Amino acid sequence: MIKLENIRKSYTTGFNTLEVLKGIDLEIRDGEFVSIMGSSGSGKSTLLNILGILDNYDSGNYYLGDILVKNLSQTQAAKLRNQHLGFVFQSFNLLTFKSAWENVALPLYYQKIPRNERKDRALKYLERVGLLEWADHLPTQLSGGQQQRVAIARSLITQPRMILADEPTGALDSTTSHSIMKLFTDVNAEGITVVCVTHEHDIAEMTQRIIYLKDGMIEPESQRADAN
Amino acid sequence: MFDYDKWQEIFDTIRRHKLRTFLTALSVWWGIFMLVVLLGAGSGLRNSFEHNFRDDALNSIWVYTGQTSIAYEGLPAGRYMRFTNDDYDMLRNEVEGVDKLTGRYYLTGEYVVNYGNQSLSFDVRTVHPDHLYLENTIMTHGRFINQKDIDEIRKVCVLGDIIVEELFKEGQSPLGEYVQVKGVDYQVVGVFTDEGGENERRRIYLPITTAQRIDSGSERVHQLMLTVTDPTIEGSKAVEERVRQQMARLHQFDPADDQAIYIRNNMREYQQFQTVFNMIDGFLWFVGIGSIIAGVIGVSNIMLIIVKERTKEIGVRKAIGATPRSIIGMILLESVFLTGLAGYVGLLSGFGLVYGINSFMVANNIEVEFFYNPEVSFGAVLIALFILVLSGALAGLIPALQAARIQPIEAMKH
Ligand SMILES: Nc1ncnc2c1ncn2[C@@H]1O[C@H](COP(=O)(O)OP(=O)(O)OP(=O)(O)O)[C@@H](O)[C@H]1O
Ligand SMILES: [Mg+2]
Repeated sequence: MIKLENIRKSYTTGFNTLEVLKGIDLEIRDGEFVSIMGSSGSGKSTLLNILGILDNYDSGNYYLGDILVKNLSQTQAAKLRNQHLGFVFQSFNLLTFKSAWENVALPLYYQKIPRNERKDRALKYLERVGLLEWADHLPTQLSGGQQQRVAIARSLITQPRMILADEPTGALDSTTSHSIMKLFTDVNAEGITVVCVTHEHDIAEMTQRIIYLKDGMIEPESQRADAN
Repeated sequence: MFDYDKWQEIFDTIRRHKLRTFLTALSVWWGIFMLVVLLGAGSGLRNSFEHNFRDDALNSIWVYTGQTSIAYEGLPAGRYMRFTNDDYDMLRNEVEGVDKLTGRYYLTGEYVVNYGNQSLSFDVRTVHPDHLYLENTIMTHGRFINQKDIDEIRKVCVLGDIIVEELFKEGQSPLGEYVQVKGVDYQVVGVFTDEGGENERRRIYLPITTAQRIDSGSERVHQLMLTVTDPTIEGSKAVEERVRQQMARLHQFDPADDQAIYIRNNMREYQQFQTVFNMIDGFLWFVGIGSIIAGVIGVSNIMLIIVKERTKEIGVRKAIGATPRSIIGMILLESVFLTGLAGYVGLLSGFGLVYGINSFMVANNIEVEFFYNPEVSFGAVLIALFILVLSGALAGLIPALQAARIQPIEAMKH
C-alpha cells in the first residue's frame, strides 16, 4: 500500500515561490495499475518524482508500505529506490555506451550481485520483453520502442514493488505505445504496482484507475464526472 | 579491493575518452618524470662534490703559509711566513684537540724513479706517519712510514700500487727492494692504494726528515695537516682558532690577519657544501612538486569536465540506486588509477633516464665536472609514490564531490 497524506511541494526560483502540489491525499493499493493525468505544468512529474523518492516534499507524509519516506539521506533514498522502485522515463535514459543487457543489469550492480548472475538475470528479463537477440546491441542500434522495452526490463530486474513511468509512450508512435502499455499490463498482472503519467486518454484508459491533477490538487471523481 | 566491476567501469570510461586520458596521463607523467630527473641531477651534482672529498679525512684542517697584510708590533706588513719543524712540534704539543698531525715538505724538480733498468717519472710526497690517516691511504702490503723512520732519518719509501705494477714484474714482491729517487736509494717498506683515483696511486711517500736532510738539511715544512679529536663543526672551528692564535704568537703576526697563513677547514667546507646542496635539493623538490601540482590541477580540470559530460549518466545511475559514496568512489578510483599509472610510468622513465645516463657515463668512462653518479634515493621514491596517490585522490576529490551533488531529476533532463 502506498499512502500520501497532505503532501505539499513548492519550488522557489528567485523571489517567486510556485506551489505545485497543494495537499495531495492519495492511496494506491498493492498491485494496482494507475495512471496520472492533467494538463502540462499541473505537477504530474513532481508527484511521480516524490513517489519515486527522487525529490523531497515540503510537508505531509509519504508511506511506502510501512516505511515513512521523509527526510531521508541521499544514501537511504538510493537504497530504497534500488530495492523497491523501478523507473521508466519518456526519454528511456539508457547508458549509451553499455549494451542492452548491461543496461538491464545495472541496478543489480548496486546490489553488489556478481557479474555472472547479473547477466543471467538481465538476459531473462530481456527475453521477457522480447529482446533476447538484441542483448549485445548498444541502445543507439535499437528503435525507440525497443529502447523503452530495455528500460522496462531494467526497471523490472530488481523485482520492485512499484514501477513509476513518466510518459513512457510520449516519444513513441501509437502502435508501439500500445504494445508498451500491453507490457505494463502483463507486468501488473504479476502483482507489481504500476503508476504511469500520461497525456493520452487511450493510454490512460488501459489502466485500472485514472488520477486527475488540477491546480496542484487531485480532482475528486464526483466533480470530474460532473465536468464531463 | 580487487573488484572486477569497478575496474571494468574505469576501463570503459578510459576507452570512451582516449584523448583526455592520454592528456591527463601526460601531465602527471611529466610531473613525476621531472621530479625524478631533477632529483637525479641534484644528486649527481652533490655526489660529484662528495666524490672530491672522498680521499681526505673530513675532519681535517690544512694550514698553508702566506704573507702578512697587517703591520704588527713594529713588524711591517708583507712578510712571508715559513713553517719549520718547530711549527710541527708546536701543533703537536701546544694545541689542544689535535689528533693526527703531519707536515709536508715539497721536493723540487722532476722525480725520475729508477729500478733495475726501468726509469719512470712519479710524484713524491714527504710526510709524517699520520699522513696515512689524512689522505685515507689504504695499505695493501707492508707498512706506512713510522716514527722511527722520521727519528732515524731512514731512506725508506712507500709506493702506490700502480707504481708497483709498472716497475716490478708480476708476482714479484717489492718489499725490501731498493728504488732510486733522484740518485738516492730507498728501501721499499710498504705498498698502498687510494680511493682518490689514479693520481693518488702513482705517488711515492718518503719520511719528511729524510727529504729535508737530502735537500741540504732544511728545517722547512711547506704545509701542515691535522685532524681534530672532536669531529663536530664546533670542535673543528675551535681547533682552527687555536691553531691561528698559536701560529700568530710563534710567527708574530696579528691574529686578525687572514693572509699570514691560510687555514682550510674541510669540516667547515663540507658543511657549507651540504648547506648549499640542501638548498639546491629543496629548490629541486619545490620545482618538481610544482610540476606535479600543475599536473594534478590538469587532471582535476579534466575530471571536472568529464563529470559534466557524464552528468546525465550519473543521474541515471543515481535514479536506479547508486549511492553518493559509490559515485565518489567511482570518480576517485578512476583519478587515482590514472594518476597512479601515469605517475608510475613517469617514475620508471625518470629512473631509466637517470640510471641510463649513469651507466652510460660509467661504461664509457666519461667524467664530467659537477656531475657524478646520479642516483635517486629509495626514500625519495617512497615520497614520490605517496605524492602520486595523494595527488590522484586530490585531483579526483573536487570532481567526485561535484558528481555526488548531482540531482538525478535535474541531471536526466540533459
Ligand atoms: N526544479 C524546478 N524548479 C522550479 N520549478 C519547477 C521545477 N520543476 C518543476 N517546476 C515547475 O513546477 C510545475 C510542475 O511541473 P511538473 O514537471 O510536475 O509538471 P507536469 O505536470 O509533469 O508537466 P508536463 O505535462 O509538461 O510534464 C511547472 O510549472 C514547472 O515549471
Ligand atoms: Mg512531466
